[in-house]
Amino acid sequence: MTNGTPLTVSPTPTPEAVEAAWRRVQLARHPQRPRTLDLVPRIFDDFLEMHGDRSFRDDPAIVGGPALLEGRAVMVIGHQKGNDTDSNIFRNFGSPYPEGFRKAQRLMRLADKLGMPVLTFLDTAGAFPGPAAEERGQAEAIASSIKLMTGLQVPIVVTILGEGGSGGALAIGVGDIVLALENAVYSVISPEGCAAILWRSAAAAPMAAAAMRMTAAEQLELGVVDEVIDEPGEGAHADHAATAASVKKAILAALGRVSQLETEALLASRYARLRGIGLVRETERPARPSEVPSLRRRIGRLLHLPGIPSRPRWSEIWPSGDDGTEKDEGGA
Amino acid sequence: MPIKFPFSRRAAPTDAWTMCPSCESQIFNRQLERNLRVCPTCGHHFRMSIGERIDLLLDESSFVERDAGLESGDPLGFHDQKPYPERLEASRLKTGLRDAAVWGTGRIDGRTVAIGLFDFRFMGGSMGSVVGEKLARCFEAALAERIPAIVVSASGGARMQEGTLSLLQLAKTTAPLGRLDAAGVPFISILTDPTTGGVLASFASLGDLILAEPKALIGFAGARVASGTVGEELPEGFQSAESLLEHGFVDQVVPRSELRSVLSRSLRLLPVAPVDDGEGTNGDGRGWGPIGVLSGIAERLGGAVSETIGIEVEKVPERGGAEEPPA
Repeated sequence: MTNGTPLTVSPTPTPEAVEAAWRRVQLARHPQRPRTLDLVPRIFDDFLEMHGDRSFRDDPAIVGGPALLEGRAVMVIGHQKGNDTDSNIFRNFGSPYPEGFRKAQRLMRLADKLGMPVLTFLDTAGAFPGPAAEERGQAEAIASSIKLMTGLQVPIVVTILGEGGSGGALAIGVGDIVLALENAVYSVISPEGCAAILWRSAAAAPMAAAAMRMTAAEQLELGVVDEVIDEPGEGAHADHAATAASVKKAILAALGRVSQLETEALLASRYARLRGIGLVRETERPARPSEVPSLRRRIGRLLHLPGIPSRPRWSEIWPSGDDGTEKDEGGA
Repeated sequence: MPIKFPFSRRAAPTDAWTMCPSCESQIFNRQLERNLRVCPTCGHHFRMSIGERIDLLLDESSFVERDAGLESGDPLGFHDQKPYPERLEASRLKTGLRDAAVWGTGRIDGRTVAIGLFDFRFMGGSMGSVVGEKLARCFEAALAERIPAIVVSASGGARMQEGTLSLLQLAKTTAPLGRLDAAGVPFISILTDPTTGGVLASFASLGDLILAEPKALIGFAGARVASGTVGEELPEGFQSAESLLEHGFVDQVVPRSELRSVLSRSLRLLPVAPVDDGEGTNGDGRGWGPIGVLSGIAERLGGAVSETIGIEVEKVPERGGAEEPPA
């Protein structure tokens, strides 16, 4: 029932596989990798950047606005990292605050209103986790962005350019078609974060990168990505123009496919795509742990005493034990 | 896994007492259970199992579990210090659950709801394919049966061991909420200690009504992620239920002893939208005309419902009396 077919891999990645995965992560983070604003002028004929969430401020880590693609209006939204220290500080290294996602939502609603397809470009290590972001509702901003995208009545094509980092990426990454550059990566948590939690050492990041199967090719195999876009030569950083040309070609083809669907069919297929993600096995209903009724209950039942339930209470079937011992196995 | 014999002398003194992590007082376990796992001295809310939560919130014997057989696979062949299937098995033995969440239908003061619940002890309550699937089915059932949806969250976030498949459960569980909006079916999100990461960044933050338990840790990024990335420690109590209330992301912080009554009142105050039957009345045949209002009054005077929801019911005079000035 799933897109997530199990990968046929050895249980522990070989040293070569670990090194290969880590090389991809390095390429995805390459300082000269083309950013959203490097590609936009090469892909689109016109682009009008819009700023601000109309509530708090403009977040430079997300950029967006209407653009012309082969003469037709589309809405472009993307993460924006910097290319040097100054611009990276200005862009917060491409890690959005809640207002970034709220700006994205504003642009998506405008696209919905005007019937323009939405094209998003993912390149972030993740949503910013600092106190100010928490205070302004980082989780709510991501959640409502995701929800908005699941119901947008226009086609959405997502392209992962570099790092697809967790919720901060998914917040603008729900699409009808998801494309990824060859050296892009996509993961539920940064490899460093995963390593710190599961291996208790940030040095295990390459291991974590391999274990999470975060490369574009593996994401294609898992059904999370629909198409991988080849990069020129040694990588996208070597040739921005050629990369832009390949991305443009892939986006046009993807738009051609999804634009044929009526709105209802489009929404139904987007819903079905999301509903199908994951590996779930339907097995028999499990046997409940056998209950040994207390003497009080057995006598109570026998005599039909009030206050003695005829069936075990759920707290007897699933009681509580010591809590809080599993802090480190959890999620991101 | 130690084998438990039904009559073994397991009740060693260490099992009988629990130390409150907040005020360090020793609490007799039976007393803790009777007090809904809330410290009698300082009011610290201990975490609850799914079973205890069901007994707390739902009418007795009304809960029917659905999709109990759903089970995780190991889609990535994930292996850190332990293989993922071994971690799953350990959690299963510890909790008696198949995965970190359970869903089913039940009644709250007679009103049927679809309810999903988390157990934090199962791999940190993390959301992988199975948890996402159960919640999506919970919301879809609420939609199909036009009953309110409730989720009681306690989760560290998305389950790393299923990689981006877990990440996309954020979208899988959120997509049905848009359909509930369109259909006029309410969703109530209850945040308990702890609710963080991907669960908070999806359905849990999107309740039409969001309730939280006192002092519950609720936040997007775990303290370790935040201090590791930002290099600054989060202020004490920053990611608490009370802080979220102050900043406008939670509707009410509700002590556990009142949770059931607040939930019951909420179901009455946020009813499923009437289906337009083309006769100008709403779903239960009551409009705002005289007959509809009267039947509403009759229901209130019925008392049975109002008693259990703890609202003061004032006597309403007979027909027409309401408009007349008091004698």
